This record gives sequence, structure tokens and C-alpha cells, in this order.
Amino acid sequence: MRTRLQTWILLGVAAIWALPLTSWAQLTTEDIASRENMESHIGNVTGHVNGLAKYDYRRYCVVCHGQLGDGEGESAKWMDTPTYTKPRNFQLGVFKCRSTPTGTLPTDEDLFDTIARGMDRSNMPQWSQFTKQQRANLVAYVKHFSPRFATEKAGTPITIPPEPEVTPERIKAGQEVFARVQCWKCHGVQGMANGPSASTLTDDLGHPIAPFNFTEGSRPKCGDTDRDIYRIFMTGLDGTPMPSFADNIKPDEAWDLVFYLRTFMQQKSKAKEIAKKMDLKPVSANP
Amino acid sequence: MKNRYNLAAVLSAVVLVCCGALILSQKVSAAGEGKITGTVKLDGPAPHMRGIDMSKDPYCVKANAANPAHMETVVVGKDNGLENVVLYLDGWSGQADVSTAVPVYDQKNCMYTPHVLGLDVTQTFKVVTSDQTAHNIHPLPNPMINVGWNQSQPPGAPPIEKSWKNPEVIPVQCNIHPWMHGWFVVVKGPYATTGDDGSFTINNVPPGNYTVKAWHEPDETQTQKVTVAAGQSATANFTFKAK
Repeated sequence: MRTRLQTWILLGVAAIWALPLTSWAQLTTEDIASRENMESHIGNVTGHVNGLAKYDYRRYCVVCHGQLGDGEGESAKWMDTPTYTKPRNFQLGVFKCRSTPTGTLPTDEDLFDTIARGMDRSNMPQWSQFTKQQRANLVAYVKHFSPRFATEKAGTPITIPPEPEVTPERIKAGQEVFARVQCWKCHGVQGMANGPSASTLTDDLGHPIAPFNFTEGSRPKCGDTDRDIYRIFMTGLDGTPMPSFADNIKPDEAWDLVFYLRTFMQQKSKAKEIAKKMDLKPVSANP
Repeated sequence: MKNRYNLAAVLSAVVLVCCGALILSQKVSAAGEGKITGTVKLDGPAPHMRGIDMSKDPYCVKANAANPAHMETVVVGKDNGLENVVLYLDGWSGQADVSTAVPVYDQKNCMYTPHVLGLDVTQTFKVVTSDQTAHNIHPLPNPMINVGWNQSQPPGAPPIEKSWKNPEVIPVQCNIHPWMHGWFVVVKGPYATTGDDGSFTINNVPPGNYTVKAWHEPDETQTQKVTVAAGQSATANFTFKAK
């Protein structure tokens, strides 16, 4: 038998859940359908909205990303914790994993790679079993949800110079960059996601979000190659608190920072081996 | 022969006079632009603005040690003048304000200065940092209206120059310092923001009938109809109720 107080508490909790955190306009089916000629171009493969994409989207994507691509599929309500972010709302045209500067649209290849790679520490699996054509179609399908792709061009991918040889000097220089731009404010002085600002971070929709913990062995969300890590801090992860550092880290310094970040990570790397012999002390949180 | 020269002289004189008249008439209309002045006041006692706990960042604590920082949701000055109100002309259909001014949005002592920045659409503004601690400047527009971005500004970072394409009230935040919260109020046409005494002047208003809109955070607005005569100053005073 439920007491009256319990009923009121339940009602109160339900009311809080019903309040949208941010009320951004929802697009209609008609508006979305007006972009059904959207295409994607991956090398020599052209992806289309009409045809097989619709079936693949309904079979594999709709349960989280929703019929209208708004990220409100029926499973979405179970994904709302700092470490398991909500499904992307494709209508907004804002994407984390891009090779393009902050505030610009990703390239078709960026979306194509994200589908195959999946998103670590989220419910987005790897869809690498799809054919290239299937994935290209899904890229076109994802794009057609957002009016931005109809009016704006993708940003110009940032240039990444060839990766230099990792040396103790470069790791040391990377540590200086880490201290100067204050990555530790969120990621912590040892990359353990325990910086002073880590606990209050929220994404653009107001949901709590955790910074990346370099030490726990999982892959960074937008890929785990050295080039991926380089891209992450030079483009920023739009929609999250992670900003772009492109104005404040020079391309050569960026490689130094990649090497230093590698020393935190469990994955084997040359940087990690070198660092073992260097006796590196964590940076100071009070410069 | 002589007549033909005369004719040419008369014709060129006529052309010159016409050109001169055209140029002058443009100048005349520019000189005919009026302005709208007034004061925005808060009716009632100013609400208590709670102090900000900046203990997350020792730099911020030290920077505000002499003069503790408070929330800036309602800032009231002399004679109950209300600061940070943006005034603009509702439904402005003229040209965008061609002001070449480049307003500066500063991150100073771990606060945004000014707290509210009025802007015309496409007007360039500069984001700078005066602090010796890292900030990230992260405006949160509705992605259906304007395109957001998120850039870091560690100590000594170069200024960032930006502009907004469409009118919108855009909240801006620093994720590193969660108390840092400000506004870009992007409008079309001439605008003004109230100073610490609540007074304002909207310049460059061509003669005509207007609806002046006053905006105060988070989404409170008031309107008032005014008529601006050529070269004259019209008055519009507003009062916001204290909550």
C-alpha cells in the first residue's frame, strides 16, 4: 500500500523529468522529408537517403536516435548519466568527432568513420560490419535530419603535420603545454578526470558529462590513434565542454602534447616506455 | 558654334547641380537621424545577489579577495537604475547598424565584463582574457538559429574575433568556472545597453514610428511606442518590477 506522501514524491519526480532541460525547436516529418535528396560522398561511393538507408536506420539506429533523428528514441531515456551520454540529436547538426574546426560541420568521412568506430563509454556500438555503401547511405540519412547540411558546407579539415619521432624532450615539452593551457582543470594533473572543474561539467543540453579519464584503459571517443588524439584537442568536441585549442597550441607543440597524453594511457606506446625512464612528476595545480 | 558650347556648359552645370543635390539630400537625411534616450529602473528593492564561491580556482579567489564577486542577474545602480538591459527597435526593417565599433567581451577576475553584450547581427566582437587562469568561452545558441563554438583561452591567449548571423539571445558560459555566465544579445539595427545608472541612448534612428523593446535576463521584455522626429531625441523610460 503506497502512502500519500510516496505518491506525492513520485508525482514530483515525474514532473521534474517532464521538464525539458532546453527547449529547442523540433523539426517536423515534412521538413525533414524535404531534404530526401541529400547525398554523401565517401571516395567513389555515393550514399543516398532513399532506398536501403531507411531500412537500416529503422533496424539499427531508430531505437536510440529516434524516428525524427532527435535522439529521443525509446531507449534514449535510459541513457543519461555523466559517463553514458545521450544519443546524438541529428537535427541540431552538432557533432563531437570532426576533422573540422569548432563551429563547423563535419565532413562526410568524419560521420562515416564515427559509424564504424562507435563511441566508447556510450551505447553507440561499432557498425564496422556494414558495407561501405551501407555506411555511406547512413551518413546521407544522418545529414538529412539537419537543415544545416542543406545550407552550409562542411568545414575545411585542419592540417596535421606528419608525426615526428617521440623523444624525452618532446614528452617534456608536451607536459609544459599540458600545464600552460591547463588541461588539468578538468582532466586532472595525472589525467584521471579529477581536475577541480571535473565535477560540474555539463554538455550543451545541460546534462552532466565527465571529462575523459586517460588512465582507465578505454579509448578516447573520437578514435585512439595519435592523429585522432591530435584532432580531438585541436578541433574540440562540439556539444561538450571540451573546447578547441587551435588558437593556443602550435602544430608542432600539439604532437608534443599527444606524446605526453600517451604517458597517462594504459595502452602500450613508445612515449609511455620512454616516460618510464624519465621519472616525470605531475604538473602543479597551483601555478 | 558658340551656342553649342553654351548648351554644353548649361547641360554640365545641370548635371553637376543634380549630382550635388543628390549627395546633399543624402547628407540631409543622415543629419535628420534622431535618437531615443531614457532610463530603465527597477521598481522595488533590489533582490539579494548571492556571493560566488570560487574556491575551485585559487586564482579566482585571489583576484576577488578585495571585492568579493556576486551574481549579476539583477544589477542596480544609482536611483534604482537597472544595468544590463538591452534596448532595440522591434521589427527593424532598415539596414543593419553600420557601426564599425568592435565591442570587447573580457574574461576578467573570473567574471564576464560586461555581463551582457548587445550586438547587431554580423557585427564583429572580440573575446579577450585578462586572467592568469585558463577559460573556455562557450556560447550556447540554439543550433537552429546560430552556430555555436567552444574555444579555449589560457593565460595570454590571443583575442578571438566572431560575429552572429541571426538575432538571438545567446547564453555564454565557461565550463571550467561554472559560475561564469553571461549573454550575447544579438538584435537587428540600432541598439543600446543600459549603464550602471540605467540610462541609455540609441543613436542613428531615422525619423519614424518605432516600438522600443527592452530585454532583461533571462527572458523578460517590455515594449513602448515612440515617434522620432528628424534630428530630435525621443524619450522612452522603462520600469521592471523587482521579484
